[in-house]
Amino acid sequence: MDSARINRWLLGRAVKPLVFLSCLLPVLWLVLAAASDRLGANPAEALIRSTGDWTLRMLCLVLAVTPLRIQLKLPALARLRRMLGLFVFSYAVLHLLCYAWLDMGFEVEEIARDIAKRPFILVGFTALLLLLPLAATSWNRAIRALGAVRWQALHRLVYLVAMLAILHFFWMRAGKNDFAEVQAYAGVLGLLLGWRLWRALSGQGRRAAVGHARIDQGPR
Amino acid sequence: MLIKTRDDGFVHPKSSEITPQVVYQDRRRLMRLMAGGVAGAVLTSWATRDARAQMPGPGARLVGRKSTVSGASTMEKPTDLKDASSYNNFYEFGMDKSDPARNAHTLKTTPWTVAIEGLVRKPGNYALEDLLKLSAMEERIYRMRCVEGWSMVIPWVGYSVAELIKKVEPLGTAKYVEFVTLADRKTMPYVGSRVLDWPYVEGLRMDEAMHPLTLLTFGMYGEVLPKQNGAPLRLVVPWKYGFKSGKSLVKIRFTDKQPATAWSVAAPQEYGFYSNVNPLVDHPRWSQAAERRIGEDGLFAKKRKTLMFNGYEPQVGQLYAGMDLKKYY
Repeated sequence: MDSARINRWLLGRAVKPLVFLSCLLPVLWLVLAAASDRLGANPAEALIRSTGDWTLRMLCLVLAVTPLRIQLKLPALARLRRMLGLFVFSYAVLHLLCYAWLDMGFEVEEIARDIAKRPFILVGFTALLLLLPLAATSWNRAIRALGAVRWQALHRLVYLVAMLAILHFFWMRAGKNDFAEVQAYAGVLGLLLGWRLWRALSGQGRRAAVGHARIDQGPR
Repeated sequence: MLIKTRDDGFVHPKSSEITPQVVYQDRRRLMRLMAGGVAGAVLTSWATRDARAQMPGPGARLVGRKSTVSGASTMEKPTDLKDASSYNNFYEFGMDKSDPARNAHTLKTTPWTVAIEGLVRKPGNYALEDLLKLSAMEERIYRMRCVEGWSMVIPWVGYSVAELIKKVEPLGTAKYVEFVTLADRKTMPYVGSRVLDWPYVEGLRMDEAMHPLTLLTFGMYGEVLPKQNGAPLRLVVPWKYGFKSGKSLVKIRFTDKQPATAWSVAAPQEYGFYSNVNPLVDHPRWSQAAERRIGEDGLFAKKRKTLMFNGYEPQVGQLYAGMDLKKYY
């Protein structure tokens, strides 16, 4: 299939709801598995870890949109970017909620002490805080109000979020010297960020970047 | 008159004479049913009952008498065998806590010998069969606290490792005991990974090893140890974090120097030689003040407080009198 046909298919009405439902599947599965006691011996740990894993996976997906869009000449992919970005945010919030509730019993004082004691939690928490302004400016009027250039600059924070997320994961696994999975995620995210760096350095980046912010605003 | 025997004061029943615990605990119901004249039906239903059905593989029965050692039998509810045999760390079989149950089937536990080495009068290779007969099997229901912040209650079967130590007669110069786990690349897929130096080495001070609670363990839940839990024999030191209890032991060495234990070599700032359960001394990256009891505390329940020396302070506290437990973590 040529990219024009795939592009036309991606513009179809069913694609967005389909992606939306697919992104919901992990959380549906987790709720179901928790309710039917299928999360193993330590369901709290399983929930905290899976929501973290899915945040990372969503982050890989959303950061893959632009490279794939440009390399494979599929401009229609840009339609999915906002939704995927909001899923990153949603899974990150779920991850925090699972930790705060299941691990800490919502005891604010305990949580504050834990964050101070465990730098890897502080790093994860910072990453989530940085996602807040991105989620808050994800709707069309916010984009218009900010202007494409400023909006674009703000949303580059996601690169920092990706690096913090990897640091968070690395630090969490450091106690066990168990880095195989960390390396996999770092490899994917490194490739996706490296592609952007390569574009910027070779001078192809700027025009295209502004261009896709405009696509995201949708038809006026 | 006094009749002298070489017995140590207990009359040891043959293992075949011991009533299986499941039957004993169910005695009233069994007698009621037998009185009702349905003995045949009872025996068939008992033969297919739960205790074995839970096992991941066929486990041979290994039953211990009730222990008289102080602190040996907590009244807390034992963790399900299913959880205790499917959620644990055994890095030779993988990093994830579900890996050992999946991968340990390759471990070959017969024949098995344990080398006794170092500063002892009777060094040598001891066959598993002889170790099994060395002292009477006891059931010890211990709390198990993992350094990661979860805990279980496990009915182990074994005898105080002190019984073995006395038999092999350590020299006066022996101050520490080192426990070495099998490191066989052919049967243990993760031996060779860079996580730890292999073999897995653990160690205790001589007085810790001689403490009656320190258990040389051959079984759990009335059966021989499942492979993923450290078959055919392992150590259980209930007042220390779980990783101090070496599994699938092949060597016990008596030394005058503090052993270089696996985790204290891999991450010295995080894991010390002593690693006593201590709610007041946090791991550098997390609090040790509370724990989650596997299978017991509901998903939304608050974690329970961790006890000093995992609740064995009355028994073992004096071993560390005057010691700075923050320094010797």
